Amino acid sequence: MPAVSKGDGMRGLAVFISDIRNCKSKEAEIKRINKELANIRSKFKGDKALDGYSKKKYVCKLLFIFLLGHDIDFGHMEAVNLLSSNKYTEKQIGYLFISVLVNSNSDLIRLINNAIKNDLSSRNPTFMNLALHCIANVGSREMAEAFAADVPRILVAGDTMDSVKQSAALCLLRLNRTSPDLVPMGEWTARVVHLLNDQHLGVVTAATSLITTLAQKNPDDFKTSVSLAVARLSRIVTSASTDLQDYTYYFVAAPWLSVKLLRLLQCYPPPEDAAIRGRLTECLETILNKAQEPPKSKKVQHSNAKNAVLFEAISLIIHHDSEPTLLVRACNQLGQFLQHRETNLRYLALESMCTLASSEFSHEAVKTHIDTVINALKTERDVSVRQRAVDLLYAMCDRSNAKQIVAEMLSYLETADYSIREEIVLKVAILAEKYAVDYTWYVDTILNLIRIAGDYVSEEVWYRVIQIVINRDDVQGYAAKTVFEALQAPACHENLVKVGGYILGEFGNLIAGDPRSSPLVQFNLLHSKFHLCSVPTRALLLSAYIKFINLFPEVKGTIQEVLRSDSQLRNADVELQQRAVEYLRLSCIASTDILATVLEEMPPFPERESSILAKLKRKKGPGTVPDIEENRKERNANVNGGTNHTTTTPNAKTSPASFVGDLLAPAPPPTNRPRPVSSSSFLQTPLTPLPSQACAIPLAASAGTFYQVAAAASPDLLGLGSPSPLSSTPPALPPTAASLLIDVFSENSPGAAAAAAAAAAPIAVPAAPVADDNFSSITPESLHVADSILADVQEPTDKFVCKNNGVLYENQLLQIGLKCEYRQSLGRMYVFFGNKTSTQFLSFATSVVCQEPLASQLNVHPKPVDPTVDGGAQLQQIINIECVSDFVEAAVLNIQFRYGGILQNIAVKLPITLNKFFQPTEMISQDFFQRWKQLSAPQQEVQNIFKAKHSMDTEVTKAKIIGFGVALLDGVDPNPSNFVGAGVIHTKTTQVGCLLRLEPNTQAQMYRLTLRTSRDTVSQRLCDLLSDQF
Amino acid sequence: MIKAILIFNNHGKPRLSKFYEHYSEDTEQQIIRETFHLVSKRDENVCNFLEGGILIGGSDNKLIYRHYATLYFVFCVDSSESELGILDLIQVFVETLDKCFENVCELDLIFHVDKVHNILGEMVMGGMVLETNMNEIITQVDSQNKMEKSEAGIAGAPARAVSAVKNMNLPEMPKNINIGDISIKVPNMPSFK
Repeated sequence: MPAVSKGDGMRGLAVFISDIRNCKSKEAEIKRINKELANIRSKFKGDKALDGYSKKKYVCKLLFIFLLGHDIDFGHMEAVNLLSSNKYTEKQIGYLFISVLVNSNSDLIRLINNAIKNDLSSRNPTFMNLALHCIANVGSREMAEAFAADVPRILVAGDTMDSVKQSAALCLLRLNRTSPDLVPMGEWTARVVHLLNDQHLGVVTAATSLITTLAQKNPDDFKTSVSLAVARLSRIVTSASTDLQDYTYYFVAAPWLSVKLLRLLQCYPPPEDAAIRGRLTECLETILNKAQEPPKSKKVQHSNAKNAVLFEAISLIIHHDSEPTLLVRACNQLGQFLQHRETNLRYLALESMCTLASSEFSHEAVKTHIDTVINALKTERDVSVRQRAVDLLYAMCDRSNAKQIVAEMLSYLETADYSIREEIVLKVAILAEKYAVDYTWYVDTILNLIRIAGDYVSEEVWYRVIQIVINRDDVQGYAAKTVFEALQAPACHENLVKVGGYILGEFGNLIAGDPRSSPLVQFNLLHSKFHLCSVPTRALLLSAYIKFINLFPEVKGTIQEVLRSDSQLRNADVELQQRAVEYLRLSCIASTDILATVLEEMPPFPERESSILAKLKRKKGPGTVPDIEENRKERNANVNGGTNHTTTTPNAKTSPASFVGDLLAPAPPPTNRPRPVSSSSFLQTPLTPLPSQACAIPLAASAGTFYQVAAAASPDLLGLGSPSPLSSTPPALPPTAASLLIDVFSENSPGAAAAAAAAAAPIAVPAAPVADDNFSSITPESLHVADSILADVQEPTDKFVCKNNGVLYENQLLQIGLKCEYRQSLGRMYVFFGNKTSTQFLSFATSVVCQEPLASQLNVHPKPVDPTVDGGAQLQQIINIECVSDFVEAAVLNIQFRYGGILQNIAVKLPITLNKFFQPTEMISQDFFQRWKQLSAPQQEVQNIFKAKHSMDTEVTKAKIIGFGVALLDGVDPNPSNFVGAGVIHTKTTQVGCLLRLEPNTQAQMYRLTLRTSRDTVSQRLCDLLSDQF
Repeated sequence: MIKAILIFNNHGKPRLSKFYEHYSEDTEQQIIRETFHLVSKRDENVCNFLEGGILIGGSDNKLIYRHYATLYFVFCVDSSESELGILDLIQVFVETLDKCFENVCELDLIFHVDKVHNILGEMVMGGMVLETNMNEIITQVDSQNKMEKSEAGIAGAPARAVSAVKNMNLPEMPKNINIGDISIKVPNMPSFK
């Protein structure tokens, strides 16, 4: 007999569902649903009490509507009511509705919790199960709070039914997952472990899941589970398939439980106890042996169940990584699966082998399957499987097979699915770099990569190839030749143009001796791509051109012609236009010495983690990229790492923070590395004199340092994870300086102009926004003269009206703190300038500006300060203040300094306000009212009614009034909630008596502030100042 | 842990969705659509595992699915579950449904959403496997049905309505489709809306 009779459905529900299914359009469906929702709503709201059957019917309809993707915003209350029904059917449908529709932060949780509590204590196992299911499915914090104590008790109680125990175990697991803090370990933990011995395999399965999760968090508390799990596993594995009756699934004994137990054991290292360890090894061997037995059934379920256990056993073997024989057996087993006709098994075998490849015992064994894996890459129909094959090839790669694997991956890339191309590109790039024996192979590989899958080559990949070429002078000539040849292709990817532009700009001279790649040919080749490229690439090419002018004076005229053309000088893109203008100007007026200095070859990059590896890690999530380095130290002789440091000049590691100092200090020895000036092996004709002349120009003293700075300041090239310290510099300046530049140069003699260029160039580097081409020393920003920066005046914060100390201003570089004292009409302000960077501020100067009429009302005298502020240091400045007469405006403090060569301008209003010159006056009620009456002329009183901006706390208000400077007079106002104050403003010329009254209205959240003084301007000013404080 | 269990038909119409992690209703519907899109474009006879869609957690999660006649059964699981084990679980689920409904078909899932949820609830709880023994599951479901019967007095008439609905729009006789050793009779229905 079927367990669910088909006849007991609900007629109304059936009709509704078939209505929906007969709807011809989405609109008709929505219309029908809305009609039904209206109907149910009216039924729920109606006066007539619904019977349980109707409620159930309507709730079922709502569930169906919800499944179709429509929001249900009512019915929750009815569902909660169903929970307290005594009828199973109604209760059950109520719980169903709640676990499907109620999310964890619903307001109803408290009501639901009540019903659950009743059911949990009902001792009716069916009801208890419903309640436990509900807790596990909703799993909210409130539920955890309510039941974290009950559930463990039910779980370990002796008289709990098995089915309830099962539910309780998983319920506890869920609560532990969602709110671990609310489920403390207790005396129940030890008893939970013993559930592994339970008669009922369902209970054991649930308990194993629970223990596995708990053991991951508190391995020590559950150590005893290891021996129990091994014992249990052993009994299952060795049992005849009929012993476990119902838990035998297609002739496999309790496959689920076996899998769970093997998972649990993966939380721990191999057992120390030799007996347990032996028993476990025996189990694993038995499982491996069974894999070789002929199947007991041809059904796929049989092999699935059997292999589920087998794969889990292999995972455990790999996890323990201690028994070489088992590891090799596991590897052989997986090798068999690699060619199995079941796709699922091939997939899983590839996946497991990935982890196996990182074990030193089995790495070699895994490598023997390389041909099968490569074959899988070529022939598998399923992209999921091919992806696993790529992963495995990546994991098994080492120096011995790198060339083969990289070649295979490259050829696969041509036909690979779009979804996985980028990942393959990253993997190829990493392997090519890591296992490069000679760098010509590396350069070839990356250029191939760009050719085959240019669109998927991310910035990091081509940044990296440039880093490596720059850092290794043995490959530079080859790289130049290769990119030159690659660029010959009629259509080449933009990424190739970028690499080509960069490399030829730096090393074009190395191949210029060959007439087939003479400077002009190189330039024409690059320029033929120019118009097909995007703006950033064009910008990079322009920088390459100016580098050409330095490398090859003979093409200067041609390049200047190009720069001078309208399409450059008047380009709509401001970046391109600016570069064209500046480069053209630079090429016209700078001497060859200066050009050679400014456009010197890039220095080596400091070694960091490969940016591509970082990207792959980020893409795949931490931990999922098998770190070949970590696991197989013996193989990681990174060609790149070791040799580079020898070519790196000592000052290559100059940190960006200290470069200003370097610039000013006597220059270190120039980094004039020996350059392969001669035509390398592949050029037959003798070198033309010009390039060598260009190279022979001695470096100006500061050039070496400058380039180090440029290198260090390019965050993009140097590993992506670490933001450069300079990223905290002010945002890149708007490129407005084009005209300025021309002025600078035209006003000076060539020599001076060049000097200016040389001095200005380094300044700009930190602000250069386009890191991809910072190999050109001059970026548009470089020629900014700092005067063009006009910082906005920072508004003073109101916070200083009622207090005298605090932080006045702060940005990434500078913090300004204040401390003030006032006595009568005099004041003294201590200003603290804190340098937040590690770099010295230079040319530090401050000035205070008081514009009319303030200048005659307030005297402000700042004392002089040191012109430098060391990194991390604080500088104190004293400002003396005298109030001549009452005033409204604020004095402005201007601060100027050079940071990183850029002139910084900051202006802040000084919080010197009229109330600072208050002297509090104590007086009694009678005096107060007498004076109050005296100041009754209309212009003497200023009143303001305003809304409270902060909470209306009496103590805070009192503190503010006292901070404002007046005396707070208690017991003066008949209404105790009002505040009354009195004081005298002292100025050099006069004194102004002042009374104030503040009436809060907490209901309306309003204040009324009244001020009476003998001067109308003072009343107004004080009222304005104080009104903003509440 | 099982993150979600989805059943939808060949046209992407959801027939059951059960999420064990909280998502907004909108996201749930999007996940169903995304999952359908991922699964339905795959050929028959490729492997039953693939990386999850972006919405449900990308490559940290796997989709393990089976296609039975008109229905896809998809389990979205994290790395702590055995792939083949979940595949078995889907089989147990379908076999159980088949026993409970006597040759289960898509219509049974539509008209008995509550029952299907109940059966699933006996197998999976809060994203963890509760019971894998089919007899145990059926015993539980049976005892619930008995309770239901004893409580219900009014359940006679709708039976006719249901059978009427089931028999309409049926141009052909149902055909048998073999899945393992059970055969689910699946009516060749016109496309569902």
